[in-house]
Amino acid sequence: MDIRAQLSMNFHMDKCIGCHTCSVSCKNVWTTRRGAEYMWWNNVETKPGCGYPLTWEDQERYRGGWEVSGGSLRLKLLKGPGKIRTLANIFFQPNLPTIDDYYEPFTFDYQNLFNAPAGDDQPVARPKSLITGEFMEKIVLGPNWDDDMGGSPLYASNDPNLKGLSESQKELLTKFHKLFFFYLPRICNHCLNPACVASCPSGAIYKRGEDGIVLIDQDTCRAWRFCVSACPYKKPYYNWANGKSEKCIFCYPRTETGQANACAHACTGRIRSVGVLFYDADRIEEIAKTPDERLVEAMREILLDPCDPKVVEEAKRVGIDENWIKAAQNSPSYNLFKKWRIALPNHPEFRTLPMNFYIPPMSPILHNAKADAGGTFDPENMDFFHQIDKMRVPVRFLANLFGAGNEQVVIESLKRQMAARLYRRQQRFGDVAGGNSAVSQMLNSVGLTPNDCDEIYRLVSLATFQERFVIPETHREAQSTVDPRLMYEKRGTVGFGNKKKELIGRQW
Amino acid sequence: MINTMLFGAAPYVLLTLAIAGIIYRYTMSKYTWSSQSSQFLENRTLFFGSFPWHYGIMLILTGHIIGLIIPSVILGWNSAPARLYLLELTGLSLGFLALFGLLTLIYRRLTNVRVKALTSGWDVLVLLILLIQVVTGLGNAILYRWGSNWYAGAAVPWMWSVLSFQPNVDFVSNLPVVTKVHIFNAMLFFALIPFSRLAHFVVINPYKYLWRPYQVVRWYRPRTARTEHLVQYK
Ligand code: HEM
Ligand code: SF4
Ligand code: SF4
Repeated sequence: MDIRAQLSMNFHMDKCIGCHTCSVSCKNVWTTRRGAEYMWWNNVETKPGCGYPLTWEDQERYRGGWEVSGGSLRLKLLKGPGKIRTLANIFFQPNLPTIDDYYEPFTFDYQNLFNAPAGDDQPVARPKSLITGEFMEKIVLGPNWDDDMGGSPLYASNDPNLKGLSESQKELLTKFHKLFFFYLPRICNHCLNPACVASCPSGAIYKRGEDGIVLIDQDTCRAWRFCVSACPYKKPYYNWANGKSEKCIFCYPRTETGQANACAHACTGRIRSVGVLFYDADRIEEIAKTPDERLVEAMREILLDPCDPKVVEEAKRVGIDENWIKAAQNSPSYNLFKKWRIALPNHPEFRTLPMNFYIPPMSPILHNAKADAGGTFDPENMDFFHQIDKMRVPVRFLANLFGAGNEQVVIESLKRQMAARLYRRQQRFGDVAGGNSAVSQMLNSVGLTPNDCDEIYRLVSLATFQERFVIPETHREAQSTVDPRLMYEKRGTVGFGNKKKELIGRQW
Repeated sequence: MINTMLFGAAPYVLLTLAIAGIIYRYTMSKYTWSSQSSQFLENRTLFFGSFPWHYGIMLILTGHIIGLIIPSVILGWNSAPARLYLLELTGLSLGFLALFGLLTLIYRRLTNVRVKALTSGWDVLVLLILLIQVVTGLGNAILYRWGSNWYAGAAVPWMWSVLSFQPNVDFVSNLPVVTKVHIFNAMLFFALIPFSRLAHFVVINPYKYLWRPYQVVRWYRPRTARTEHLVQYK
């Protein structure tokens, strides 16, 4: 056993209102620099939808993530055996997305509103490219271009997750009474088996041993840009002005001091929580090779029970601090993903073992007989629990997003969520059909205890800031390699230090 | 006199500049060390530029280095005419490959609006120097047969005389102008390395990649149990 700690974020999708507050606070803190304008380390996309960059989930095109071939785990990018192929493509990357797959960063010529000469027409602020400084004919793409299913025949219908849906299920894109969408907020997953790290020829990307945060060493990065291609979530971004790749840093300067990440802190829906997980690093390869059907279960297996005395003892032996062990024992991530089994990883089939977890959204039950006649909801039928697979959001779609195609893990999550809700409703109003005995039957059938339900209820509705963000402080004082020069050099600077000079090209 | 200046003294100035510059930039300003890829902004033309250019120029450079280190091998190989023609023909085709790539890269730099917006004076200078280098190189190969023979016979001894601090200009003073330009321009190229994106091929770090495990983990304090790497499979 090789115990390591990992910080992990959870998203309760039912509560996300798609306000992009998270993205904006992240941007304001980290990416308002030249070359980084187009980057959204945190982005929120509408599902069904193409996402950002366009169709990032389509690995036939981008070849991100891992595949199992001949019993061994291999980067999809490599296509052939060995890594030599990576190096052969160093001069030109066939699978690299370009800025046009994200969007051309722009500003508006606001000055014109003030300076335009008097005339018959209202002056306008025309869009101006932040790359070339030239006026743009029109803006054709943005970071949330198909928000709320805008232009769905063009965009949402290309969503790779629609794979395997029946024609009538696909009407959810076009028929008003079947329409649905929800929001998918995304940051880097700080994976256990990160493809970005594995693809970097320079060894510039690394996972931090103490908290599992994946970072790009800015001094070592040489713009070989393999990480951008290899990450199936497209979360490393290439800074075209400085010639370095950058990515979400899990706000480590904040989490190291026990503060919540900027995105999570700002979240208006309070959908996010952050916690510590313990995992067994010896099993990463084995778990990442698990067949799709068992993948989510295997990801639960690699996490260790932080309350198990053996695990605690081993954690202490390898030098994990007391406050980290305590945090792991109160971890929202462990509870949501492993204990209550209601949260799921995003696209586990990419096999990077992503460490962010999503509670899949509920939606109204669709009664098909009536739906065909134009109605969607049968007010007589209030049996949500047993008909959970008839939700408007097809389980297939959710399974493609969160279960590596396995519908069972999604149904389990939805049923457990519904059971906990009905249990609470019975507690509060006592009006659930069938009364207490029906409710306890439901709980038994999904394997939850009343106590679990109370805890779930507390975490997803009432929990205070401290309960949602259980982030232990990092003991920097124990650092073995403090370079005093660096401490002073970086003092009083922001971002990547006092490198104010433009590195590439001219400033327009 | 002019020969002594260009091929006896200037090499030391330019090479010192190159070496000192590289060391300075690598230690003081590592953040700027990058290939400054522009593929993200334009990736259609780049394909036809970058691949031919790099494969062409890298093989040719390797040839030059082999010739510099073991000239006798080249001379021995060339003793049979068939092999000489093979070598010359290979060199010439690689040269044209590189020229094609380079012209594509120059065209791309000058015409694509996005790439142009990110082009600095240094980038233009680099491309210009490289163009001169490739064109004069091809000129040598075509005009003065057989280049590989007199490279090993004249240019290499001169280079060794410079490298051993006993510069002997006689080796090169009677070479044709095209060749002299090729040699002098090569030194300008070296001097340019620390000041431009050319630095990208100097401290190349990818070599480790083929041997290291996929995953890299860094600890800020020594760990009781395990080593640096997380997953041992390659
Ligand atoms: C280990 C060897 C080398 C590697 C890995 C390498 C890699 C790269 C990469 C990744 C780029 C950026 C391409 C892009 O825009 O995406 C580049 C550009 C360039 N390289 Fe290399 N290179 C190598 C050797 C060389 C050599 C030996 C030369 C010249 C003698 C050279 C000259 C150039 C030039 C001039 C450019 C800029 C092209 C432009 O105008 O955009 N490279 N190289
Ligand atoms: S999500 Fe992508 S960038 Fe983040 S750790 Fe995983 S592979 Fe790397
Ligand atoms: S701030 Fe919260 S609610 Fe708003 S989009 Fe982001 S994750 Fe969703």
